[in-house]
Amino acid sequence: MDQSELRQWEQRCIQEEPPPCMAACPLHVDARAFIGFLQGGRWADALKTLHRVMPLPGILGRICDTPCQTACNRKEAGEAIRIGDLERACVSRTEDRRRVMPLPAKTHRIAVVGSGLSSLTAAWDLARKGYPVTVYVPEQEPAAFLLRSHPQRLSREIIEREIRLMTSLGVRFKTGTGFATAEDGQRCRKDHAAVYVGLDAVSPDPWAMAPATAAPQGSFGTTGDEGLFSGGDHPSPVWQTAQGRWAATTMDRWLQKVSPTAGREKEGPQGTRLYTNLQGIAPLTAVTPADPGSGYSETEALDEAGRCIQCQCLECVKVCAYLAHFGAYPKRYVREIYNNEALVLGERKANRLINSCSLCGLCEAVCPHDFAMQDLCLAARQSMVGRSKMPPSAHDFALQDMAFSQSDRFALARHEPGRTTSRYLFFPGCQLCASAPGQVPRVYDHLRHHLTDGVALMLGCCGAPAHWAGQQARFATELNLWKGRWERLGRPRPVMACASCLRIFKDHLPEADPISLWEILDEMELPPDRLQPRQVPLAVHDPCTTRGEETVQDAARRLLARMGVPYEELQLGRAHTECCGFGGLMQNANPALAREVAEKRGSRSGLDYLAYCAMCRDNLAAVDKRSLHLLDLLFPDPNQTDPSARPRPGWSRRRENRLRLREHLARELWNEPSAAAGTPLVLQMDSTVVDLLDARRILREDIEKVLRHVQKGGQAFHHPDSGHWLACFRPYQATFWVEYSPLDDGYRIHNAYAHRMEVPGP
Amino acid sequence: MKNDNVRPEDLQWRCGTCDCDLVVGQVAVTYMNNRFTTDLPYCPTCRTVLITEAVATGKMAEVEQILEDK
Repeated sequence: MDQSELRQWEQRCIQEEPPPCMAACPLHVDARAFIGFLQGGRWADALKTLHRVMPLPGILGRICDTPCQTACNRKEAGEAIRIGDLERACVSRTEDRRRVMPLPAKTHRIAVVGSGLSSLTAAWDLARKGYPVTVYVPEQEPAAFLLRSHPQRLSREIIEREIRLMTSLGVRFKTGTGFATAEDGQRCRKDHAAVYVGLDAVSPDPWAMAPATAAPQGSFGTTGDEGLFSGGDHPSPVWQTAQGRWAATTMDRWLQKVSPTAGREKEGPQGTRLYTNLQGIAPLTAVTPADPGSGYSETEALDEAGRCIQCQCLECVKVCAYLAHFGAYPKRYVREIYNNEALVLGERKANRLINSCSLCGLCEAVCPHDFAMQDLCLAARQSMVGRSKMPPSAHDFALQDMAFSQSDRFALARHEPGRTTSRYLFFPGCQLCASAPGQVPRVYDHLRHHLTDGVALMLGCCGAPAHWAGQQARFATELNLWKGRWERLGRPRPVMACASCLRIFKDHLPEADPISLWEILDEMELPPDRLQPRQVPLAVHDPCTTRGEETVQDAARRLLARMGVPYEELQLGRAHTECCGFGGLMQNANPALAREVAEKRGSRSGLDYLAYCAMCRDNLAAVDKRSLHLLDLLFPDPNQTDPSARPRPGWSRRRENRLRLREHLARELWNEPSAAAGTPLVLQMDSTVVDLLDARRILREDIEKVLRHVQKGGQAFHHPDSGHWLACFRPYQATFWVEYSPLDDGYRIHNAYAHRMEVPGP
Repeated sequence: MKNDNVRPEDLQWRCGTCDCDLVVGQVAVTYMNNRFTTDLPYCPTCRTVLITEAVATGKMAEVEQILEDK
């Protein structure tokens, strides 16, 4: 990813866009943060938020005409938040403890004419920048003009408090000093490096400014006359203040001899792209103060602040446990991923973030700007693999499993028995064969019975693990392997039982024209031995890889309806369905998070779930969510009295299931003898050991390899007290250790563990 | 890895092949093109190194993670 790609990605995530209130404010007061503090009763922090950008908060906080309120999203559900009244309550009730430190003193003397909001703001801002500022006030006291303009809200004491603070910054006030004539103006300009004329309080006449150009919007306070600046001609107090501020910035830049306009596009009211979902927000009307003259009481202010919905997007984070888990949102994540890639030396902190995404695409489906975290993470993985920076532990187990599925021990491609050509090809995928091998022959029989012109069978893997792991070269190899087998069968149309396989082939081998098993089954008579109609509904869980595949989702539902099985939709289903925790190899890279994802998915409904992906069903079952596979209804196993309660087979069982299925099919359908696999060792294990090994992803065959290594003379340690033996073997990039006791006919396994480091020895 | 990898009970294991007690000494360990040494128990005769469960799932896993993220 280069800088421009980074910017494009960042641009898509709108979470950091300003809320509408802040964007509409000419000063960009962060009203959301301000009210957020009020909601927590943190008055001092709320006031600090105002102080951060609002000049003269004691004055403006009482008289602001609040253009922010017209932009407030709350008005869509009740009335806009009364931000102005909350500001007034805050500045009235909270002790002002401001301490202002000016920048180092500058030498250019500046005159500010008038004591309206624009002049006082310009004087305040310039004094903070270190300029010696003199405010020329036509009246006899600095407070007179504002006191006259806002007698209801402002008092002498309030205005003088702000004036005192300005004086403490070195601002000098010269009262009773009007500039009646053009000569007066010229003299003032001669005595000062720059002059600001506040048109909210004084006339432009002595300054020879044409009224039309007195303070045109967008001029940043320039008048077309070098050294003469103006503002404040807007009737709105907050605009007057903003104009004083913009002019002060322009004056500073002019005096510093830098561009007065560069980089100022974001000054003033702006639009915002921030999206806030208002669904489910109950309408609430504004709190009315009991005494309108004195404004909100503390309780009233807290109640009014409580109506603020704290606008933000987070649409993706709300529905994705993965995005929530890492504590931020896509805009931050893209920066972390960019830094991860750009890092030369040090810890790559985003590896786990990159590898934990399930690549399910729900974020893109809910994002108002289609931010696709899955595309970002997959590209990052591919880049890591390309730079040899992919942690081996992230995907090794899944890639080993894929290699097994593609090996002769499982892979198989045959025409229908007795035929030499095939119109269709049944491809059950590796995980259905691993989860419920008994269903594969039943489905294959049914397909052959109903489809003419031959149905071939292929066992193997679609290559999804390599694709998800970012292993592009390996994925291409696996896909080509599959393609070669398919072409040798005469390119029959693949019928996919697995949604992930279907996705892979639709995206990467579209010429195969794959179709889902559910669409094909929906065109046929229902199997005669299907489960009988039931009363209690199921909740349909769509696999995340069917997102966008409405015809597949519809076919699954039609099959349910035809079988007389009532069903309900989950809150997040179809285009917004969630991953079960397996997708994108999340389960390999971050098993704890994958479990959390499955638990969250399982908690969406109290009904039994109906899945039509074997991995989804098993992952839900693994978190004790009662779940059925659609095939459990269509082709029920007569030995399963409660298929919803079928436990997830462990990793070892999943491999054995595939081995046995291949042998069974080869023998029963094509009369092929079993491959000489050798007699398995007899291993005895308690269920706690079985569970531990499954959690550690240590297979029974890994254990057998260690024991056979010992049988062939490999070293082993012995514990004289327990009588246990401990031996290791490194069949690939992992060393497996097994603690065992020999039995007459085999071994009792007490423990097993693994590490990736190599130990060359002393 | 520091040398607190070896607990007294680890040395109750004996080399079953050579029938001798283990000794603790500097052992080379490598991962992802990194090589370093640490104290681990091994058989002084056949020089087979013992990696206990505590080491494999503790310090070793931790260091593997650090090196993978380097």
